[in-house]
Amino acid sequence: MSEPVVWLTIFVLSVFVGIEVIAKVSSTLHTPLMSGANAIHGVILLGAVIVTGSTDSTLALVVGLVAIVLAAVNMVGGFVVTDRMLQMFTRGPGARRPRKEAGE
Amino acid sequence: MIPTWAQLVYLACAIGFVLALKGLAGPRTARAGNLVGAAAAVVAVVVPFGYLDLDHVPLILAAIALGSLGGVLGARRVQMTQMPQMVALFNGVGGGAAALVALLELEHMGASTAEFDLAATAFTVVVGSVSFAGSVVTFAKLQDLMTSRPIVFAGLPVAFGVALLATIGLAVWVVAEPGVPTGVGLAVLGLLIGVLLVLPVGGADVPIVISLLNAFTGLTVAAGGYVLGNVVLLVAGTLVGAAGTFLTLLMARAMGRSVPNILFGALRGGSTLGAGTASDRPVRSAGPEDVAILLGYAERVIVVPGYGLAVAQAQHTLREIVDVLGERGTRVDYAIHPVAGRMPGHMNVLLAEAQVPYDQLVEMDDINGEFPHTDVVLVVGANDVVNPAARTDPAAPIYGMPILAADQARQVVFLKRSMRPGFAGIDNELLFDPKTTMLFGDAKESLAKLLAALKGL
Repeated sequence: MSEPVVWLTIFVLSVFVGIEVIAKVSSTLHTPLMSGANAIHGVILLGAVIVTGSTDSTLALVVGLVAIVLAAVNMVGGFVVTDRMLQMFTRGPGARRPRKEAGE
Repeated sequence: MIPTWAQLVYLACAIGFVLALKGLAGPRTARAGNLVGAAAAVVAVVVPFGYLDLDHVPLILAAIALGSLGGVLGARRVQMTQMPQMVALFNGVGGGAAALVALLELEHMGASTAEFDLAATAFTVVVGSVSFAGSVVTFAKLQDLMTSRPIVFAGLPVAFGVALLATIGLAVWVVAEPGVPTGVGLAVLGLLIGVLLVLPVGGADVPIVISLLNAFTGLTVAAGGYVLGNVVLLVAGTLVGAAGTFLTLLMARAMGRSVPNILFGALRGGSTLGAGTASDRPVRSAGPEDVAILLGYAERVIVVPGYGLAVAQAQHTLREIVDVLGERGTRVDYAIHPVAGRMPGHMNVLLAEAQVPYDQLVEMDDINGEFPHTDVVLVVGANDVVNPAARTDPAAPIYGMPILAADQARQVVFLKRSMRPGFAGIDNELLFDPKTTMLFGDAKESLAKLLAALKGL
């Protein structure tokens, strides 16, 4: 296979995997799902690191560093906020007791 | 060339992202899945330090630290009610980052670069910029920095069309004669398109657009992965693009809307522009004591919680009321509309935060048959999800959206601040129905008075 065809194959298969995986998510979890998918595309941080690390012009360096900051906000913030939401769906024993005792 | 070991690690990271989304299929596996995804992302970012001789490493690490700090602080401080705008903001900065990465790539490209690579780069610049600008506008709308109502001006469709044509022209130019200045021009046009795309979207449709922009960012990351020859970016971006598109369609269906209608409905005129002012038609209102009597002697009560409840932080008082009613022998459930709150499933998150028992939350399809046998429906801070106009008024922006059949119950009690319409900006006929009682005031205060009155029965 030629290289572009390999990439196309990976792309098409990923589309199907994406749809298959989402089709089973209950509407209860749609908000965390959106946020979790959001966090995953923050992996553009990887691309930002690679291009910034291989540049020699000052302007490009500054632009690259801005891209890194933005991508890191996206990735780290996205995973943390998703975790915060999902924490509320864990139903451990006594998970909901403390607040009630506090009389809230 | 990327060494084989690094490619294998990238493959493992891609699997990690698939597992992260797969984990979200159920509440029990969701958190673990998210952690797997986070771990995969961290590993993926560390890998290039291992095989590339990167320059400026201290600066890069400092930038990562700065961004991570910002992300953590934002994610920790945001309130659950503000979650949709936070997702929008994170998505926007991701799109912006992808556009900047593509611009930097353009610097290394020349006439000898394959045309498809150049086209993919141009795509990333444009769509990343659209996602950034569009997300900033949705953030401003949801954060009340600007009106959440559709903004349409006379020349908007023309401006949009011109910007789109100019973008295509400039993209062709970039492919023919690659250069950073043209790339910057593409980015500026992308920003303009992003703003023009989201301005006419209003009210309850804004979260759907966030989901769509999320999918856009995914696709830009995928295109960026192709340009950089990096498989983990391609897979992660494509996954998010496909998942986001699918989720957007699901959300639109839950609201009985089509995506083109959401994006361009306001341009075609009137129908998504609801009333923004309060109606002065007469309604029946009562005090907390009257409502307490209504509830206290009912056999069957259904509570319809809405965003207003969560904003007032009144969930705990509501829960106490439900407990008191339960002790008096009344059967009480919460009816959850799929788009209650600001996003699908948002209400589940808000009530889970308030420690409302999970099994008392009944989904719309399961509870709708019960309303005709229900004595009192207590609507707290919700409006659009019980608006019969969704069934009866083809001109209403929410027409076709499945609703909770509160209008079929014997009595309806609305807890509302005022007669102002809800998020969708339209009047609710149910408010003027003879069987409806209004209890005006802040949800938290009203519920506290109601609780006191119930205890005194």
